[in-house]
Amino acid sequence: MHVGLHHYLFVSFMLFSLGLLGVILRRNLIVMYMSLELMLNAANLALVSFSRFNNKLDGQVLVFFIITVAAAEVAVGLALIVALYRKRQSAHVEDLTSMKL
Amino acid sequence: MEALNNLLAGGAVQDVLFYVFAALTLLCAVLVIANPFSRSPVNSAMFLVLTIISMSGLFVLLHAFFLAAVQILVYAGAVMVLFLFVIMLLDLKEEARRKIKFFGFIAGIIAVGGIASAFFKTLATAKGGAAEPTLEGDTISLGKLLFTQYTLPFEIVSVLLLVAMVGVILLSKKKLE
Repeated sequence: MHVGLHHYLFVSFMLFSLGLLGVILRRNLIVMYMSLELMLNAANLALVSFSRFNNKLDGQVLVFFIITVAAAEVAVGLALIVALYRKRQSAHVEDLTSMKL
Repeated sequence: MEALNNLLAGGAVQDVLFYVFAALTLLCAVLVIANPFSRSPVNSAMFLVLTIISMSGLFVLLHAFFLAAVQILVYAGAVMVLFLFVIMLLDLKEEARRKIKFFGFIAGIIAVGGIASAFFKTLATAKGGAAEPTLEGDTISLGKLLFTQYTLPFEIVSVLLLVAMVGVILLSKKKLE
């Protein structure tokens, strides 16, 4: 069977689900953050394959912007994690419950 | 040489390469979130690098050459170095294996099931797209689009990067006032 849009979308869906499971099930802040990156990459893959199979370049421009924003987001998020670690000496979500009612 | 070109244009090699890269991407993604041998965040980061590199292989198969290069440069280069730097800075210990919470497990099943149902419903109703895609995502055409139609978003993104830089410097100061 010839590889088409459906195949790429299925890979993107699997990647997104894996990222979502990682965010929900893992307890380490850094690993959760990496799973978020997986989800962003899954969206990128879907956009690039849509752009290829619809013969429009706009999807790839959007992916370019997403990569830029993701880089900024990683920098800010990791700075927040480091600041949190300095205060609490932990990067574990179960130790960060002071906002719980 | 002519035979090689015909083989590449025929798509059989590209189909095989798609399956290789897709399998590699998904395998490494599984190892990022659930490595059976080690819970160390460094291992997760290394497998995330492998995931990203095999995904840029998929980008090349989709003829998005510029994005494949950017993916490796920005993600595998800059972002993952940042991740590894923070992991080593914080000196994170290997995460203890603890029982997965029942509630978290149920929430994960429901979330993934919801996405799966939406995905398969869309696939069942969607048309397949162009049968013979001709788009080339090379640097010239992407750059032209970026500096004509998408100039304003491009400038806004550069401001966003500046804001993020200022924010990170402020956040990582020793004393937060």
